Amino acid sequence: APAGLRFGLGRAAMPEEISAWDVKIMPDGTGLPAGSGNALDGEPLFEENCAVCHGSFAEGVDNWPKLAGGDGTLAAKDPLKTVGSYWPYLSTVWDYVHRSMPFGNAQSLTPDEVYAITAYILYSNDLIDDDFELSPETWNEVEMPNADGFIVDDRADTEYTEWRTDEPCMENCKPEPVKITMRATVLDVTPDQAGDEAPADAAEEM
Amino acid sequence: MSKDTNAPSRRQFLTSAAALGAGAVAASAARAAGPDPLITEVQPWASGFGDGVDVTPYGLPIRFEGDVIRRNVEWLTADTISSINFTPIHALDGTITPTGCAFERHHSGAIELAKDDYRLMINGLVDQPLVFTYEDLERFPREQHVYFCECAANTGMEWAGAQLNGAQFTHGMIHNMEYTGVPLRTLLAEAGLDAAGELKDKWVYVEGADASSNGRSIPMEKAMDDVLVAFKANGEALRKEHGYPVRLVVPGWEGNMWVKWLRRIEVTNAAVESREETSKYTDTLADGTSRKWTWVMDAKSVVTSPSPQSPIKHGPGPLVITGMAWSGHGKVTRVDVSKDGGMTWETARIAQDGANKALVRFYLDTTWDGEDWLLQSRAIDDTGYVQPTKAQLREVRGENSIYHNNCIQTWHVKANGEAENVEVS
Repeated sequence: APAGLRFGLGRAAMPEEISAWDVKIMPDGTGLPAGSGNALDGEPLFEENCAVCHGSFAEGVDNWPKLAGGDGTLAAKDPLKTVGSYWPYLSTVWDYVHRSMPFGNAQSLTPDEVYAITAYILYSNDLIDDDFELSPETWNEVEMPNADGFIVDDRADTEYTEWRTDEPCMENCKPEPVKITMRATVLDVTPDQAGDEAPADAAEEM
Repeated sequence: MSKDTNAPSRRQFLTSAAALGAGAVAASAARAAGPDPLITEVQPWASGFGDGVDVTPYGLPIRFEGDVIRRNVEWLTADTISSINFTPIHALDGTITPTGCAFERHHSGAIELAKDDYRLMINGLVDQPLVFTYEDLERFPREQHVYFCECAANTGMEWAGAQLNGAQFTHGMIHNMEYTGVPLRTLLAEAGLDAAGELKDKWVYVEGADASSNGRSIPMEKAMDDVLVAFKANGEALRKEHGYPVRLVVPGWEGNMWVKWLRRIEVTNAAVESREETSKYTDTLADGTSRKWTWVMDAKSVVTSPSPQSPIKHGPGPLVITGMAWSGHGKVTRVDVSKDGGMTWETARIAQDGANKALVRFYLDTTWDGEDWLLQSRAIDDTGYVQPTKAQLREVRGENSIYHNNCIQTWHVKANGEAENVEVS
């Protein structure tokens, strides 16, 4: 039996099986297959495979995700979070497109096509020139604008220290009488039953 | 014979009684109208037959409960394939969520994966990469636990204000089930972790068999603690939409990490920083920086009745206020209820001692005199964490976090018994 087996269940995974399923790309680019592509190659591929949802310039159609734009909006009232404005690692773009896009026809793109489409998305975000050849060799030349925009969960320091207490307030907990400041029915976006003003499934009258 | 549809039902009787006067006095009107024909007249179900035992090999709820169903909110997402629906928590009691109405969240739809076609791979920094069939998994020693699975986005639409009018919609991205499965650490040990060396800086990357894959990175410490590779929920096989035949159960942690249709587990020396832990499931703060790896779901509660979908219909008098509470840090030890928007609080009764990282049910047996209430609940867990107000959360995070909104919810209960989702000062 192979090393490590305690119950002797399962069998050894074969190299072909591992390479078929383990297609992840690490943030440093580890896992990238050989290949290359630029935005000029990527444009017709994007138009054919992606633009119906994401727009010809990766700007998004209707409610579908916008992949470009939003630079400098992360602290705004309505941030626009795209590959260019938000995503920290290029590896995630390649990995996600390769593994899970196009939506409804995933895992249909060759490595060269994924390089080219990734390059087109970067170009649409003004991050590379249209003839920049994206490949494992040039991978580290691309700078993602929001690479330093993330911190590891700090709730233990910023919240738990404040909100852990033995004695929560039980009486006279607010300085002034409580007032209603906002009502959901003003927005009126909850699904209704036809002709019924109550929410979709107000409990049946007994 | 079975059902006589012409017979007056209790429901029809009360509806017509209510039509004569205010709904709030319907019960009293029924009492005052003389002898109750539901008692004085022999009813068909007391005389004829009901259904035979061969009628329903696997049953659904009785038709009168037809409104206790999952609901979709169309405008939330671009389509229904990568989308969410909501558990009808306003109509449930106890803690176990019926699997048939337990919420769904998919990123490329609910796939159909037969046990015969199922494979689970363990690879990466292990002594021996392995492939398991479904049958293999059932031969490992099992455990059973009840845990809540709450979507990281539950209550997320409420960050900027009171928006959706019903507990199902504001708090229904949650279910709570009894799972049977194999500890992840058992499977990792089967592959052998000597090759991984020092475990404390290692990670486990997990992904599903669906097109979205939903890959997430889990620190080894959690993987070796209480993560389950589960194949049964509430006693039966997982529902298709909940990951049949095998899903990951990650107690206390955000629902996105509970990878469904689990197909691969890889031991790595760093987080993969996949799409689902960079673009999504990261929480943007007011200054534009974002938290990543916000795995734990903090203590939270909600009053499920009365609530907008569960108004008070019986008029003044005895009233059961009920709701549910949970914490990803451990057990909920106490729930307080306020009727005046948080000015004063009384401690509710917890129906049954809470299990670790599982829902508890609370009740406040009280009297309603028809006055306006601003009804709130406040959970406290065994770490001493007290569920915060939305104002407290916003003060730290701003309004663009999307995820992890565990604020205290307020329902405005009005004199007519209806309730509305509101924010208060």
